[in-house]
Amino acid sequence: MLRRRLNRLCGGDEKRVDSRTIYVGHRPCPDTEAFIPSKFCDNRIVSSKYTVWNFLPKNLFEQFRRIANFYFLIIFLVQVIVDTPTSPVTSGLPLFFVITVTAIKQGYEDCLRHKADNEVNKYLVTVLEDGRSVKKESEKIKVGDVVEVVEDETFPCDLILLQSSREDGTCFVTTASLDGESNHKTHYTVPDTEKDLQALTATIECEQPQPDLYKFVGRMHIYKPEQEPAVRSLGPENLLLKGATLKNTKKIYGVAVYTGMETKMALNYQGKSQKRSAVEKSINAFLLVYLCILISKAVVCTTLKYVWQSKEGQDEPWYNQKTQKEKDTNMYLKMFTDFLSFMVLFNFIIPVSMYVTVEMQKFLGSFFITWDKDFFDPEIQEGALVNTSDLNEELGQVEYVFTDKTGTLTQNNMEFIECCIDGFQYKHRDTWSEVDGFTVTDGPVNKLQQKAGQEKEELFLRALCLCHTVQVKEAGSEEVLTDQVDGIDEMRPQLEEERGFIASSPDEIALVKGAMKYGFTFLGLESKSMKIKNRENNIEEYKLLHVLNFDPVRRRMSVIVQTKSGETLLFCKGADSSIFPRVKPEEVDRIRMHVERNATEGYRTLCVAFKQLSAEEYAVADTGLREARLALQDREEKLIAVYNQVETGMSLIGATAVEDRLQEEAAETMEALQGAGMKVWVLTGDKMETAKSTCYACRLFQRGTELLELTLRTLEDERLKREEKLRELLQEYHRKAVQDAPPVKAGVTRSWSTANQDYGFIIDGATLSIVMNPQHEVDASQYKSLFLQICQNCTAVLCCRMAPLQKAQIVKMVKTSKGSPITLSIGDGANDVSMILEAHVGIGIKGKEGRQAVRNSDYAIPKLKHLKKLLLAHGHLYYVRIAHLVQYFFYKNLCFILPQFLYQFFCGYSQQPLYDAAYLTMYNICFTSMPILAYSLLEQHISIEILLDNATLYREIANNAMLRWRPFLYWTLLGIFQGLLFFFGVRFLFSNPALQDNGQVFGNWSYGTIVFTVLVFTVTLKLALDTRHWTWINHFVIWGSLAFYVFFSFFWGGIIWPFLKQQRLYFVFANMLSSVSAWLVIIILIILSLLPEILLVVLRKPRGPHSRQVYLSLPFPFWILPFYHIHPILCYSP
Amino acid sequence: MKNEGEASEQPDNTAFTQQQLPAWQPILSAGIVIPGFLIIGLAFLGIGIGLFLTSQTIQVLEMDYTGVEKDSPCFQCTIQSVQNCTCEVTFSLSALFTGPVFFYYGLSNYFQNFRKYGVSKDYYQLTGDTQYFKSPRDVCFPYSHDSKNNPIVPCGAIANSMFNDTFELYQIINGTKKKVPLDGKGISWWTDFNIKYRNPSSVNGSFASAFDGTVKPINWPKAAYELDLTDPNNNGFLNQDFLVWMRRAALPQFRKLYRRITEGDYAGGLPAGNYSLTVHYNYPVLSFDGRKKLVFSNVSWMGGKNDFLGIAYLVVGSLCVVMSVVMLIVYAKFKFSDDDDA
Repeated sequence: MLRRRLNRLCGGDEKRVDSRTIYVGHRPCPDTEAFIPSKFCDNRIVSSKYTVWNFLPKNLFEQFRRIANFYFLIIFLVQVIVDTPTSPVTSGLPLFFVITVTAIKQGYEDCLRHKADNEVNKYLVTVLEDGRSVKKESEKIKVGDVVEVVEDETFPCDLILLQSSREDGTCFVTTASLDGESNHKTHYTVPDTEKDLQALTATIECEQPQPDLYKFVGRMHIYKPEQEPAVRSLGPENLLLKGATLKNTKKIYGVAVYTGMETKMALNYQGKSQKRSAVEKSINAFLLVYLCILISKAVVCTTLKYVWQSKEGQDEPWYNQKTQKEKDTNMYLKMFTDFLSFMVLFNFIIPVSMYVTVEMQKFLGSFFITWDKDFFDPEIQEGALVNTSDLNEELGQVEYVFTDKTGTLTQNNMEFIECCIDGFQYKHRDTWSEVDGFTVTDGPVNKLQQKAGQEKEELFLRALCLCHTVQVKEAGSEEVLTDQVDGIDEMRPQLEEERGFIASSPDEIALVKGAMKYGFTFLGLESKSMKIKNRENNIEEYKLLHVLNFDPVRRRMSVIVQTKSGETLLFCKGADSSIFPRVKPEEVDRIRMHVERNATEGYRTLCVAFKQLSAEEYAVADTGLREARLALQDREEKLIAVYNQVETGMSLIGATAVEDRLQEEAAETMEALQGAGMKVWVLTGDKMETAKSTCYACRLFQRGTELLELTLRTLEDERLKREEKLRELLQEYHRKAVQDAPPVKAGVTRSWSTANQDYGFIIDGATLSIVMNPQHEVDASQYKSLFLQICQNCTAVLCCRMAPLQKAQIVKMVKTSKGSPITLSIGDGANDVSMILEAHVGIGIKGKEGRQAVRNSDYAIPKLKHLKKLLLAHGHLYYVRIAHLVQYFFYKNLCFILPQFLYQFFCGYSQQPLYDAAYLTMYNICFTSMPILAYSLLEQHISIEILLDNATLYREIANNAMLRWRPFLYWTLLGIFQGLLFFFGVRFLFSNPALQDNGQVFGNWSYGTIVFTVLVFTVTLKLALDTRHWTWINHFVIWGSLAFYVFFSFFWGGIIWPFLKQQRLYFVFANMLSSVSAWLVIIILIILSLLPEILLVVLRKPRGPHSRQVYLSLPFPFWILPFYHIHPILCYSP
Repeated sequence: MKNEGEASEQPDNTAFTQQQLPAWQPILSAGIVIPGFLIIGLAFLGIGIGLFLTSQTIQVLEMDYTGVEKDSPCFQCTIQSVQNCTCEVTFSLSALFTGPVFFYYGLSNYFQNFRKYGVSKDYYQLTGDTQYFKSPRDVCFPYSHDSKNNPIVPCGAIANSMFNDTFELYQIINGTKKKVPLDGKGISWWTDFNIKYRNPSSVNGSFASAFDGTVKPINWPKAAYELDLTDPNNNGFLNQDFLVWMRRAALPQFRKLYRRITEGDYAGGLPAGNYSLTVHYNYPVLSFDGRKKLVFSNVSWMGGKNDFLGIAYLVVGSLCVVMSVVMLIVYAKFKFSDDDDA
């Protein structure tokens, strides 16, 4: 909301215009009719929310927007305005405390943000103004200013690179702070700009700010005296982003195009959408129930009050006459204020402290994830990262796991395994000798093999060396590099081996390294010319004409190079499916076998093709590409069209196989997740065969698994159209997997149905898009539901050839399906971000593909194997803890307030509080808050080791088992039972209020104190009974709370407090303790309240094999279950 | 939420951070629960028997003297017009009523626990702060000023409604009445008498003049400083009856201690015989359908007679014993079947 407002402020009216025009250096241009300096926002970054002036109102407003806070505020106001039984302090104090603490926390955070903002905004930058360099504060930069940035400085705003100190007009940049990719990226100056920036008269026309870091389209008009203005296209390679750092370049000049809140960084800096956990939804539902209880209590009391008062003499006995004012008040108004009074009296049933405790539990609890040393990865020297603590318990509720393949299931550590040239297999052996190059085939594997011709080999290897976007890492200083380039002949071989490559995809590095092993070394790209060293140690130079970038839709990339001899060549590499249709069919047959075999072995395969371009062909392609690049609208589409046009009629020269190793313990982790009842879906952009083999390797598919395939290949049918075939297949699979499958009972039984046939489902991106968007709208829902039902009955689902957006689509589809299951996405790359954001829980892996996934995730872990502990141990425990916390809180407040409600029947519905105000206030804050907080942080009802060893235990808490209506009802009934017991137990005792051996009688405050004492002890001991894991902290807190209660009561009643207007509790507690009867009634009521709990637990026999399996390993060979948190009647409710 | 710098360090390897704190993991097994139930049950049975027997030994004599029925001795006092009405209630004891005997008065359908009634008193007045004598706190309203707008001390509904029936007890020995001495000391809480309530200090040596400028509560026949004409120390806010009344009862049916019988011939109790009780009937209850009664009772270590506790202990105790037996049977049965399974 804030951002929108800012945008409106900054963008102003020109928001409606599609592009903005920038005058470089604010110099008017000849052919524009008038120089209107348009208003752009200044370069101030405002990440802070508040200022000193608006902090108080704005913060309070934000806080009271929360429904709970608002409710408490209303209660407080009612107490202030209406004459109510309890003083406003009782609810005002806790509310004030909560609000203050939150305000201080938010104020402090905002202070830090202000500081950080100021650091950025006040940073001095050099701006060229009228030929002079002027130092300016960063926030004063205006759009159109020409800014100078020196090495290792960060860019103060988004700049178009005009001039670089490097000769080739490039500069290097790292965007580590933006997307986490630490490699150096090359950016280019706008071609043909003046050397003298003062003389440059130009306008830049570019799109309005948008958050995509990798997209930028613009056009620069350069005006020269007496010449037609020149037009240059601007792309992301010309744009230097605010926040990125200049590297390896002494100095650059750039013109500011986007400033302040309109920079791409600022647009990307936004709070992630709030994910809410299922537990929170349950809390809200319970809250509603309790609100209804509260209101009905108040209504009942109000009604009864007036019924009771209608009897003669009851309304106004002579000893308690009303004031004149009371008599005059309108009856309905009186009723209403009575209703409000009752509301206030019973409002403690919904405690402020629950929200505080839940927040604290989540916040503190999440530290255990960060602290866990099992999550620490020595390789990257990092542990787990918690980006949000709101979802801790959701980790225990996951039903669907969507995992990326590359980098998540596999290591994304590519190794060149073998290649196939012209149909002949070349397997790289470690023993190859440098002299003979890779043609040596002394291994038995290659014994039978013939070799392709020398020419073909070299062409293939050159293709590998040229067709990529790899950079050579500049090792330290530039001198070394120039040495390498200039004195290539003296270069020692060791240096080559150490050569570092940087690329956006590890496959490319593997390929370049692979080519290196076979004798062709890529030396680097210098001013548009690529140098490679061939087997004879000669340097070959190629002029790089065009790079046809890789994109996931085309699934291939190409380069167009010009050899020394003037030939123009196009090299293309890409997925088999995208290359095969573009080459001659007879070539395909020779290679297809290899590709498919490699794919089933789990390797990533790429096909390499080439094409010689005639001068005319090139000229057409060249102009096409240039035109497309200059386009302001639909540039992407136009480019792709040209690409597709160019990449035709190629000839296939070979294929490569790169191995991507499985992550450590990937298979074990997947097995554990499946054992825990989670359905694992693999969503990958990779091809089916590779993905399938990975699935087999991860044991997601097993030998007995019957695979249901729904891919373009299975859709091929002469008789039917694709969609008809799709329908047919869907129905067939549905019959197989859903209808014929034996009806599974919900919950545990599913895991024991191993005798049943397992199904695995495979779908590819293209088919998925037909399923999602069929030609006829009517079919959409039918297809979707068929598809979902099939998938839900399969043990594993593999979706291959997925575009990032499709991944998110799948997640969304499952998320919104019947029963709205909890989904978890795990991935490591930028392409997983969409599904990470979409799923209930997003997990990022701190992998090699940058940090984008980590930044967008809710939790980040170093390795896939950590997922097991994160879900099975942490998730399970967090869920049990918070579920118990929530139920306990409602329970303890129900049996707290019920006696107060019942007391109304005995005090003429006069809203007389049963407990003293101090007890009312302190009950939730001091007496009963700490034990449950300690419990909710430390409880391990089953030890972590057992949880990890028995994945099936995870199923016991599936489907929000502990926060369903039945457990809620159980806790509520328990609360009602105990509340009744407390009240009537003491009521019967007080039928003779002479409880001391001196014959003196007890009054109403003694009554309340006895009830309250029983209450505090029972509620605390109930928690003690539920605690399965007693650390010293639990002991300290539980016994400490009870001791504190006793101590406080003595203290509170032991002194005449000067600020109190009535000392109603004076010596009440001490007097109570001097009465034997009070002791005895307290003891019996506590024991009687806890007895049913104990009985229920003891009389319950463990069900299901898993529980025995677990408990047999415990030292007690008894059938009696320990107090398990899920209460007997509540377990496994379908 | 957390900065990444923190994460880059190796996490602390302590038992706490790794959730590996040594812990006691109690398991409620049959081996613990069955004997536990048995022990609790037996203990409760023991306590229950003790309580029950004790309660049985306590003697109680209750008499309603409201005078609702026409033939009841105090009927004539219920007629509004009669002033300073006195009536006589007689009763006879067939056996010794063991002392010390406590003499209570009881009221029913009387809501001392009305909220507005309960707050209607001025604590500062009652601690002898004469500043508040002139201007009683608002909570006392409508009992803070009389019709002439003089401040009332002690103000408020509770004080105003103080129970003001008085009783004299006589033993009838051969037709002559022998007065039974009633001890009015020590009937209120020690702390109320000694700490919580304070009288204003005397002005010019006269206690009454401390109350100058104030009027007595509307319903009181006498001012606070002349509540007990026989004992000057039993006046003002430290009057024992006043203190007893000021401690509000929890329930609409309650009793309050009136006197103890601890002196003279009656220190050992009330011997068998006929007694006559003279009631100075002042306190109206019929307007709100209330009842008044007299209770003679002796007490034990557990206080007055109350069968509830003893019965509750007996029930819960036997329940525990029964449950432990049931569990034992179930346990034996299931243990075998468990073995079969294994």
